[in-house]
Amino acid sequence: MTVDSTAARKPRRSSKRAGAKKAAGEPELVQLLTPEGERVEHPDYSIDLSPEELRGLYRDMVLTRRFDGEATTLQRQGELGLWASLLGQEAAQIGSGRATRDDDYVFPTYREHGVAWCRGVDPTNLLGMFRGVNHGGWDPNENNFHLYTIVIGSQALHATGYAMGVAKDGADSAVVAYFGDGASSQGDVAEAFTFAAVYNAPVVFFCQNNQWAISEPTERQTRVPLYQRAQGYGFPGVRVDGNDVLAVLAVTKAALDRARTGQGPMLVEAFTYRMGAHTTSDDPTRYRRDEERELWEAKDPILRLRAYLEKQGLADEAFFAGLETESDALAKRVRETVRSMPDPDHLAMFEHTYADGHTLVDEERAQFAAYQASFAEESK
Amino acid sequence: MTMSTEKLTIAKAINASLRTALETDPKVLVMGEDVGKLGGVFRVTDGLQKDFGEDRVIDTPLAESGIVGTAIGLALRGYRPVVEIQFDGFVFPAYDQIVTQLAKMHARALGKIKLPVVIRIPYGGAIGAVEHHSESPESLFAHVAGLKVVSPSNAADAYWMLQQAIQSDDPVIYFEPKRRYHDRSEVDTTAIPGPLHAARTVREGTDLTLAAYGPMVKTCLEAAAAAAEEGKSLEVLDLRSISPIDFDAVQKSVEKTGRLVVVHEAPVFFGSGAEIAARITERCFYHLEAPVLRVGGYHAPYPPSRLEDEYLPGLDRVLDSVDRALAYQG
Repeated sequence: MTVDSTAARKPRRSSKRAGAKKAAGEPELVQLLTPEGERVEHPDYSIDLSPEELRGLYRDMVLTRRFDGEATTLQRQGELGLWASLLGQEAAQIGSGRATRDDDYVFPTYREHGVAWCRGVDPTNLLGMFRGVNHGGWDPNENNFHLYTIVIGSQALHATGYAMGVAKDGADSAVVAYFGDGASSQGDVAEAFTFAAVYNAPVVFFCQNNQWAISEPTERQTRVPLYQRAQGYGFPGVRVDGNDVLAVLAVTKAALDRARTGQGPMLVEAFTYRMGAHTTSDDPTRYRRDEERELWEAKDPILRLRAYLEKQGLADEAFFAGLETESDALAKRVRETVRSMPDPDHLAMFEHTYADGHTLVDEERAQFAAYQASFAEESK
Repeated sequence: MTMSTEKLTIAKAINASLRTALETDPKVLVMGEDVGKLGGVFRVTDGLQKDFGEDRVIDTPLAESGIVGTAIGLALRGYRPVVEIQFDGFVFPAYDQIVTQLAKMHARALGKIKLPVVIRIPYGGAIGAVEHHSESPESLFAHVAGLKVVSPSNAADAYWMLQQAIQSDDPVIYFEPKRRYHDRSEVDTTAIPGPLHAARTVREGTDLTLAAYGPMVKTCLEAAAAAAEEGKSLEVLDLRSISPIDFDAVQKSVEKTGRLVVVHEAPVFFGSGAEIAARITERCFYHLEAPVLRVGGYHAPYPPSRLEDEYLPGLDRVLDSVDRALAYQG
C-alpha cells in the first residue's frame, strides 16, 4: 500500500528558525524572552519596549498574581464560593491584554483576570460572581470587556458576531475571543472559526492552551497542535510561548493589526500552563504529576522578566520594593471590599429578567414580596 | 393619515414587515440560511437582499448555533438582528446559545446590555414534510425566563407582531404558522397595533372558551362554526403570545363561559395548555363548570406525514373535547 499525502511531503519550515525553542516532536513557538531571561529575536515578530513599558508589564503580572492569590485565600476563608485561578498564565493574559486598544472589544472566559486588569476593570468587580452576589458585576461597555462566560466556548461566537458588526460599521477596531484548549473541542468555537473566516471578521482567537481542561490533557482534545486548526479554516495560526509576555504582546499586536487592516481573523495559541487547580473545587493530584508542574515552574513568566530587568539594569531595588508595597495595598483593598460586599436585596432576583418587562415576572415578584411581608407582620 | 390596507398572505405580510424594518432602522439585519438570493425556503425573505444588499440580508453558513451566537455579538455591537431558523426541528443546535446566552445575558449584565434579537421559526405540521420539519417546540422556549415567545395566526398580526418584536429590547422567538403561510387577510400597515402580548377574542360565545394561537386559531374558528350549527356557542381566543400569556383575557372569558379547552399542535404533556389549565384553575376555580381540557399532539415523536392528520388536533378532535367539557353539568 502506498500513502500519498501532501501533508507528509510538506517540508517542516520550523527547523531553521531562530528564537524557536522546541522539544522533540513539538512545533516551534514564538519566543522573545527565554525562561532564563535572555532576549532572543524572531524573524516574524519583534518588539521594542522602553524600560518603563517593560516595568509596566512586570507590574501588571505581579499585581495580577497577587490579586489572584488573594482571591484563592478568600475562597479558602469562605468569602468566595469558588475561584478560578490564573496562576501561571499571567504573561499570556497581560501580553495579550496590553496589545489591545481602548476601542477594541474583549470576550473573556471566566479566568481572564489579567486581561480584565489590562482593560481597566476593577479587580474587585470580578469577585461578585464568585461570591454569589451577582452573575457579573460590571458594565461590559465601560471597558469593552464582556462579562465572563462560563459555558465553554460560547463567547467565541459572540466575539465573531461583534467583529462582524465592527466591519459593518467600517471601524478599525478589533475583537479578541479568549478560550482554552478544552474549548477548542466545542462546536461553537469551530462555528466561530467558520463565520469569522467567511465574513473576514476582525477577530483574534486567543487560545490559552494551559495543557489541562480540568483533568483532561490537551491530547484528549486534539491530535494536532491547536494553532494548526486555523489552516483548515483559511486563516493563519501561530503558537507563541505563553509564558513570555514580550512574545505574547508582539504576536497579539500583529494579529490585531492584521484584523484591523481588513486581513481577517487569526488564531494565536499561547502555550502555557495552569499552575494551580482548575478551580478551588478541583484536586489536580488525582490526575497530574508534580514533576510536570516543576518543569513549568522553571518557565515562570514573572521570574523570567524579572531576571531580564535585573540583568539589564532596567529596574532597581526601589522599584521592586515599591511594587511589593503596592501589591500589599491591592490585596488589602480586595479583602476589605469582598468582606463588605452586601448580599443583594431578595427582590433583586426578579430584576433585569427582561428589558421591557413581563407580566409573569411582575406577578411573581408581587407574590414573593407579599409572602416576605407576611413574616414582618407576624413578628409584630 | 392615509390608509394602507391590502390583502396579504402571512408570508407576504412577514416579508413586508421585514422590509419596513430594514427601511426604517439601519441597524436591522436579516440573517439565516438561504434568506438572501433564494429568499428563504418559503420565500418569506424574497427580494430583500436584492434591495438591501448582502451586508444587511445575510446568507449565513449552515450552522444554527453560529447564526444565533453571532447575532448575539451583533446585538452587543448595536445591531438588531432578525434571525431565521429554517425549520422548527433545526433550532436545537442553537438551543444552547438561545437558552444559555441570549435569554440570560441581560440579567447577567444587571440590565446594562440589551439583546434585541428576533428569532423567526416556521413551525408546526400538516405540510406533508419529512422528519424535523413539522414540530411545535414553543414550550421549550416559553419555559425559559428572559425569552418572549409569540405566534401570529393571521397576516395583520404577522406584520405588526413582527414589527413589535423587532422593536422590543428583549429577545423574541417568533413562531410562524407555516401551514398558514398562504392564508390571506387584510393588513393595515398604518394601523396602530395593540400590545404585542395581549390575547384577542376572535369569536364571541357563551358556552365554552377555545384558546389557541398560531395555526390552531383557524382550526378553532372552524370548530366554533361547526358547533354553532349544533346550537353551541363557543368563544375563541387567539392568545397570540405564549410568553407572557395573557391570563387576564383567558380568565375574563372563562368567568363568562365556565369552560375552557386549550388547543395547540405541540404535545399536550408539559405543553402551554398545561400551564394555562393550572393557572386558570387557580384563578377561576369557582367559575369552572368542567375541568380545563387540552387538545394537542401526543407524547410520541412527530409521526411520518401519512399519520400527521391523526396526530394533529383537527376539527373533530377539538369538537370531541368540546363535547366532553360540555358533558359536565352541575
